[in-house]
Amino acid sequence: MFSMDLLLGAIVLGVLLGCFYAAVSVGLSVSFGLLDVPHVAHPAFLVVASYGVFFLNDRYDIDPLLAGLMITPLFFLVGLVAYRIYYETFERRGSDAAVRGIAFFFGVAFIIEVLIILQFGVDQRSVTASYIGKAWQFGEMRIPIRQLVAFAVALGLTILLAVYLSRTFTGRAIRAVAQDEEALRLMGANPVRIKQFAFGIATAVLGIAGALLIVVAPVEPTLDRAYIGRTFCVVVMAGLGSITGTLAAAIILGVAETVVLTVFGASWAPAVSFAMLLGVLAVRPQGLFGR
Amino acid sequence: MTTRRDSMVFWLGVIVFLAAVAAMTQIVRNEYPFFAGYVILQFIALAVAWSILGGYAGYVNFGTNAFFGVGVYTAVALFKAFGAPLAVQIAAAAVVGMLLGLALGLLTLRMRGIFFSIATIALAIIIETSVMNWRFVGGAAGIQLQRPAVMPPFDSYVKMLCFVQALLVVIAVGTARYIQNSRIGRGLQALRDDELAAECTGVPTLRLKLLACVISGALISAAGAPAAMYLQYADPSSAFNLNYSVSVLAMSLIGGTAHWIGPVLGAIVLGVTQQLLAVTISSEVNVLVLGIMLVLFVVGAPKGIIGLLLPRYRLRAGGKP
Amino acid sequence: MKRRTFLGGAVAVAALGRTSSAMAQQTPIRIGMSMAQTGGLAGGGKAALLGIEVWRDDVNAKGGLLGRKVELVVYDDKSSASETPAIYAKLVDVDKVDLLFAPYATVPTAPIMPFVKQRGLLLMGNFSFQVNSKVGHDMWFNNAPWGPADSWASSFLDLGQKAGGKTMALLSADQEFAQNLALTARDVAKQRNIPVIFDQTYPPNTVEFSSIIRALKAAKPDMVYIASYPPDSAGILRAVNEIGIGDGVRIFGGGMVGLQFAAVMSNLGSLLNGVVNYNTWLPEPSMYFDGTKTFFETYTKRAVEAKVDPLGYYLAPFGYAMGQMVEAAVNATRSLDHKGLAKYLRENEHKTIVGLIAFAADGERKESGTLQAQFRGVVDKDVEQFRVSGKQVILFPEKLKTGDLISPFEAARK
Repeated sequence: MFSMDLLLGAIVLGVLLGCFYAAVSVGLSVSFGLLDVPHVAHPAFLVVASYGVFFLNDRYDIDPLLAGLMITPLFFLVGLVAYRIYYETFERRGSDAAVRGIAFFFGVAFIIEVLIILQFGVDQRSVTASYIGKAWQFGEMRIPIRQLVAFAVALGLTILLAVYLSRTFTGRAIRAVAQDEEALRLMGANPVRIKQFAFGIATAVLGIAGALLIVVAPVEPTLDRAYIGRTFCVVVMAGLGSITGTLAAAIILGVAETVVLTVFGASWAPAVSFAMLLGVLAVRPQGLFGR
Repeated sequence: MTTRRDSMVFWLGVIVFLAAVAAMTQIVRNEYPFFAGYVILQFIALAVAWSILGGYAGYVNFGTNAFFGVGVYTAVALFKAFGAPLAVQIAAAAVVGMLLGLALGLLTLRMRGIFFSIATIALAIIIETSVMNWRFVGGAAGIQLQRPAVMPPFDSYVKMLCFVQALLVVIAVGTARYIQNSRIGRGLQALRDDELAAECTGVPTLRLKLLACVISGALISAAGAPAAMYLQYADPSSAFNLNYSVSVLAMSLIGGTAHWIGPVLGAIVLGVTQQLLAVTISSEVNVLVLGIMLVLFVVGAPKGIIGLLLPRYRLRAGGKP
Repeated sequence: MKRRTFLGGAVAVAALGRTSSAMAQQTPIRIGMSMAQTGGLAGGGKAALLGIEVWRDDVNAKGGLLGRKVELVVYDDKSSASETPAIYAKLVDVDKVDLLFAPYATVPTAPIMPFVKQRGLLLMGNFSFQVNSKVGHDMWFNNAPWGPADSWASSFLDLGQKAGGKTMALLSADQEFAQNLALTARDVAKQRNIPVIFDQTYPPNTVEFSSIIRALKAAKPDMVYIASYPPDSAGILRAVNEIGIGDGVRIFGGGMVGLQFAAVMSNLGSLLNGVVNYNTWLPEPSMYFDGTKTFFETYTKRAVEAKVDPLGYYLAPFGYAMGQMVEAAVNATRSLDHKGLAKYLRENEHKTIVGLIAFAADGERKESGTLQAQFRGVVDKDVEQFRVSGKQVILFPEKLKTGDLISPFEAARK
């Protein structure tokens, strides 16, 4: 039993949820979508960022989003280093890189999980901020401000990245290296440096995304496992290489989940989103907006 | 090409192995080695089965946990509905695994590389969600089962399960070996090295891929079926645990995917390590060890243990007993 | 120092020395168990284990059991059912422990029930739910205060109906414990002719509950029974605070796991107000028995160091109680024979730091000791406030009651 009103509300909440998914996936859209790095440790880095934000919020009372911005430069550096290691170990050596890369990142993700447990313990952590726990009355609907924050951040990140990649020189170089590395090399640019920079950006974005993660829901050390499926699902469904596509695909996913939840019941929501992914891949293997 | 002598050596080894396991069940009083042994044998069977698709064909299946869980729940459903004996549970699980593999293959016919892997994750989640909502087998609440009495010559059910799992290992290894040495194996290898080129030279890539999915799936589900009786309990979060997918991937990579002996070695090394850690250090350090082993092997030994031990395998993949 | 005191002290030290050396000479009594140190149940597992360890240290300080030191043999079961058969086989066949404690929670415990029954071994349960109902082991004793399976839903619905509630909404997680609670809730509702006008389950890893709560609110129920796990419990309460649940709701909560853990409570803060939820132990005057206060003093100090739940109300004292019951049984029967211990445990009432415990034939408590309490006057960002009585007013059971339900739910939230 549902009414038009409820359905409309579900769609609105679905869009907001989708934006949250987009925010946590957009980094992967760069590292995996553009650079072909099978970065299954992306959610693990995300969780680390969340814990970093938690630490700053808990100890020094810093607003979570601000804390996220603060750790962004640190994550950028981590990204640079991480890519260097990945490149030296895998891309250089050639064949079988994909499978071994996946295994490598799984190993890294596990190590990160344990390090978090050793430092923070296994209990779940959350942050406090003025906008958590309040809602905005919009006609008949009450929209949690958390979700609106997610919406704003996701939109902001996507626009920022999309503009960066299409307007700035380095951005376009990143695009170029994704399309044709050889050609770029022939033109005198160093593709490895560019890829390294791109990975750094992708990791830096995780700083803010991590803040968003802990604002929306509590985090615990093994949370990354739940997000591997989701983030790759979003990026793959969008089509590799499309940043704006990531936002669109994420919103479609979010809306599908909430509508199914409202009409059929929450139990089937994840099945539906992943069935959609399978459908898209079967019909259009390069994704909805892929190159 | 396999020579007659190589085959004889292999099958002799199989007989010795099975005889040793059987002898142990009669001689050893202590039950613990059989519990631990069951888990290790199970992982050997899973890793070898996974490797048929993931190693030979190069299609990385992340949904091992789905096939495993399907095997467990097929056994549960048949046992609860008809009190089906273990052999029937395993056979039925193999059939269901086969069908699931077929479905997976058909769905992902045109998908390659990482897209295939993502599709397997999606399929795994869909299946887990479906089982969670299946009230007959307990759904998310879990279900407790009562084992039937054990048949002689075994005096304990776990010993029998251990022997059954040893048989499944033999079946899996035998199948993998057969594929490796046959035209199928060479076709899969061509597919893995360069799918486009293989198609151009007339290799029936789609059919081979389907075959690999079906066989791999059937074996994984069959290896999962006895778990229902081993635990006498099933619940979706345990049966569909992501740990199965990751461990099996790790074992195959650590062992090396070029030859069927690779996953066997990898499963033994990682499986024994995990069992030992579980009863010694026993804490979050276990996960750390798994992570470090993964990173070290993947970085330092790209072709796995077999790459380290037998240099010749660095040059030639496949094609030996 | 005065001579008399010095002499007295010297005699005491000599005596103690003799006892400890006597203890040191004999082989220790080993209690084997697996406990979740990693995985979803780790938060609870670690706290429970610490409670048991405090008991072990207390009993060893008193001279051990039967003059022998008590040792714990603990393995990590990773919150998984697949690990425990091998672990308990090792404990029994290789380590040859003297006594067995069960793992924390139902999922890791279920697979070993047939094993202990077949071998005729005593098993002290640790917060499982109805894990013995099918197996029927006669040497199983669960330390959880649950009692009969339907006591949860009955007590909650009793309170709701008294406040005028006629319809029920049920929201449960797709996980073992929550589903079992939901099953009993549906049964009790049917018996009392309470229509369940909203009945949904949600998958694990659900991040956002706004839509679910909206749908629940639209159904306009009087009583809302939630069976959830720690991450979701927090998410649900947040959503309820943001979306609202409707003015008609008389009572909200029931089976939300996680609202007993310090980390969750301190983080949710004032969002908890008005929620009626189950608990096992609370710092209310009626809940203090012999030794309870000292236990918590010891526990809190060690918990903070070990990065474990600093309040430890939910599980730790019951771990201690497990030890106390075993201690009483061993001392009374002067042996480690499992059958004899089981007989003693079955036939007697046991005094523990969580009160008197008596067992029914199925190994669960004769009477339910599960508390239903309402959060009142909770403020944000303060763990220590929960150590003071009055923040969680006990509404059930009658003999431990410290207050009355404030209804409707929206009013209680102020």
